[in-house]
Amino acid sequence: MTFFSNIWRNEKSREIIVQIIVLFFLGWFISWLVMNVNANFEALGKDISFEFLFIPAGYDINQYLIDYNNRDSHLRAGIVGLLNTGLVAFFGIILATVLGIALGIIRLSKNWLASKIAYWYVEFTRNVPILLHILLWHGIIINTLPHPRKAISLGEVTFLSNRGFYIPKPLTETGIELVYLFFVIAIIFSILFAKYCKRKQDLTGIQYPVYWINVSVICFLPLIAFFISGMPVSLEIPALKGFNFRGGMHMSPELAALTFALGIYTAAFIAEIVRAGILAIDKGQREAAESIGLKPSKVMNLVILPQARRVIIPPLTSQYLNLTKNSSLAIAIGYMDLVATLGGISLNQTGREMETMLIVMLIYLSVSLSISALMNWYNSKVKLVGR
Amino acid sequence: MSEKIYKPGNYPDLPPPPGTVGVYGWIRQNLFSSISNSLLTIISVVLLYYLIDGIIGWFFLDAVFDADSKIACRKIDDGACWAVITRRVGQFVYGFYPEAERWRIDITFLTMFIAFAPLLYPDIPKRKWLLYFSLFYPFFAFVLIMGGYFGLQKIEYSLFGGFMLTVILGVCGIVCSLPLGILLALGRQSNLTVVRTLSVCFIEFMRGVPLITLLFVASSMLNYFLPPGTNFSILVRVIIMFTFFSAAYIAEVIRGGIQAIPKGQYEAADALGMNYWQKTRFITLPQALKISIPGIVNTFIGLYKDTTLVVVIGLLDPLGIGRAALADTKWNGLSTETYLFVALFFFVSCFAMSRYSLWLENKLNTDKK
Repeated sequence: MTFFSNIWRNEKSREIIVQIIVLFFLGWFISWLVMNVNANFEALGKDISFEFLFIPAGYDINQYLIDYNNRDSHLRAGIVGLLNTGLVAFFGIILATVLGIALGIIRLSKNWLASKIAYWYVEFTRNVPILLHILLWHGIIINTLPHPRKAISLGEVTFLSNRGFYIPKPLTETGIELVYLFFVIAIIFSILFAKYCKRKQDLTGIQYPVYWINVSVICFLPLIAFFISGMPVSLEIPALKGFNFRGGMHMSPELAALTFALGIYTAAFIAEIVRAGILAIDKGQREAAESIGLKPSKVMNLVILPQARRVIIPPLTSQYLNLTKNSSLAIAIGYMDLVATLGGISLNQTGREMETMLIVMLIYLSVSLSISALMNWYNSKVKLVGR
Repeated sequence: MSEKIYKPGNYPDLPPPPGTVGVYGWIRQNLFSSISNSLLTIISVVLLYYLIDGIIGWFFLDAVFDADSKIACRKIDDGACWAVITRRVGQFVYGFYPEAERWRIDITFLTMFIAFAPLLYPDIPKRKWLLYFSLFYPFFAFVLIMGGYFGLQKIEYSLFGGFMLTVILGVCGIVCSLPLGILLALGRQSNLTVVRTLSVCFIEFMRGVPLITLLFVASSMLNYFLPPGTNFSILVRVIIMFTFFSAAYIAEVIRGGIQAIPKGQYEAADALGMNYWQKTRFITLPQALKISIPGIVNTFIGLYKDTTLVVVIGLLDPLGIGRAALADTKWNGLSTETYLFVALFFFVSCFAMSRYSLWLENKLNTDKK
């Protein structure tokens, strides 16, 4: 008896016992699940196999970045869906970042009216579910924009209608390679130049206007090449043919609604993050920087932003991840993303719930895990080192 | 400038310079302090003017509040056609719950505030007695809503819908996910490798996948994992998924709170000879929960908003009711009105929650005053 009570009173052995018990129950639970799945599948005459991925999907996808038709396999349909998820996440992230940073800064501005407007924007937007945003924007585009025949035209080159947005499409001709080449050269030059100036400043203290020189090099060098090679880019302007527009780039109502909704919704969260990040910097930092005579732009670039960045970037990334995960709600308006293709139509057609959902979940899981691993690495890199 | 010379002695206080106080001073300081600031003000005013003008016209002045169909609406006026809401307001609130039994929902909803009051407001008088009611409330609500006992008519789950469904899903998810979240957070900080690994896997999995895939699992696959023949309501399955999902987020919020507690606190607790559960109960959790209140409430608001996703798996929450209304040819195309109405409901309830969290945060913030 004393032997057992001694084991239980010893911290080390008690920990081991508890863990063994937990492991035992875990194993029992998992085998219970597996047994149930087996029994259920046997009763239904189903099995687990991924061969369905290679049979023709047989359904159409109206928006694709790589060639796709309904004779292609379910696997390819899934990849098209994944790329569509990436596409809407890309546009959404750009919109959300620009709008969010602008709103965050306006909320901190000394202008009472502007800051109040930004505040109420944030409150109204983030307190309404994202699905409602998506449906609302989709409804507005479908129901209130005119038919293509009466489309709202912006300077006769861009058209807004209830069939989506049509914007001019740049077509490249021969000679464009020169522009690309000059662009690459300009980038390489500006990196080297920035390094050179940095070293020069470290050695002598002389400062060059690196930023402006680099910006103008990157802008003008490709522009010169563009004119030398005889302007090898033309715009294909969408034109009304019959009931709809032909030519140009087409943004479907679903993609547009999803981009607006995700961008506008996430912008509210980003605005709060930016505001919190700037407020987190001690007032003394700004005052000290001003008192040693730095210009306002230098105060911002050299003192405030490098410190605020450390606070802002981790939550910002998690907002980007949220945006990407929220884009799975596309299924509600029929935008063919990963969930709507592989986890939606493919699932219904093949009846393989287990396999399709497993693939979809694993893809999302690996994306978010790799991004959070990246974030942890970044965090450990920029962490304030306590001495 | 002529300088006035003051001899030593007492002088009356001078009034502040003109233009720095009062309405005029306030406007000058806050709206027109510089050229860029004035520009921003003018842009904001113009923006607001158009916004308010458009909103008031469309929402109220030109709006139609009762008509038989969209076409009838448009004949009367060209603003919003709220008839799509007013004609179905019962459905938006109660779903397809039988009309004669709706008083049961009303009573449950009103008594919910009494049940929550002692939990939300620690200073309320007679708190102890009210807490007993809170404990008893879940059974009371269940019996009243579901029926089947005490001569109450039994109501099927499939009739639930509208805002009532949102509140049921939200409240059940919130109430169940907090304890689970606390356990997961403690598990993640545990010394036991097995427990820690399990918690980390669960949390990372739940946070890594979109909620909608979990709802698909709940609606189409969960039965495979249970013994053949088991079948329980989709509502319960969805609540389980919501609970798991938001518990993972709450666990991360609370973990942040636990990690923010200074190490000295644990060392002091160890020095007093407290065991693990005493340390957790008296040292860790009271401090960690206090720090993490804003994060927890934010997670709750997120969960509450996410209840709208059930429309994708076919439950009739307000969005589902709205979409059903829009599918009716009479109301076809009134999506803006419908969705704005639902949005207003969510805005009011979520805004109230976030205000409550601010209030509580200020109240608990004892170390700054």
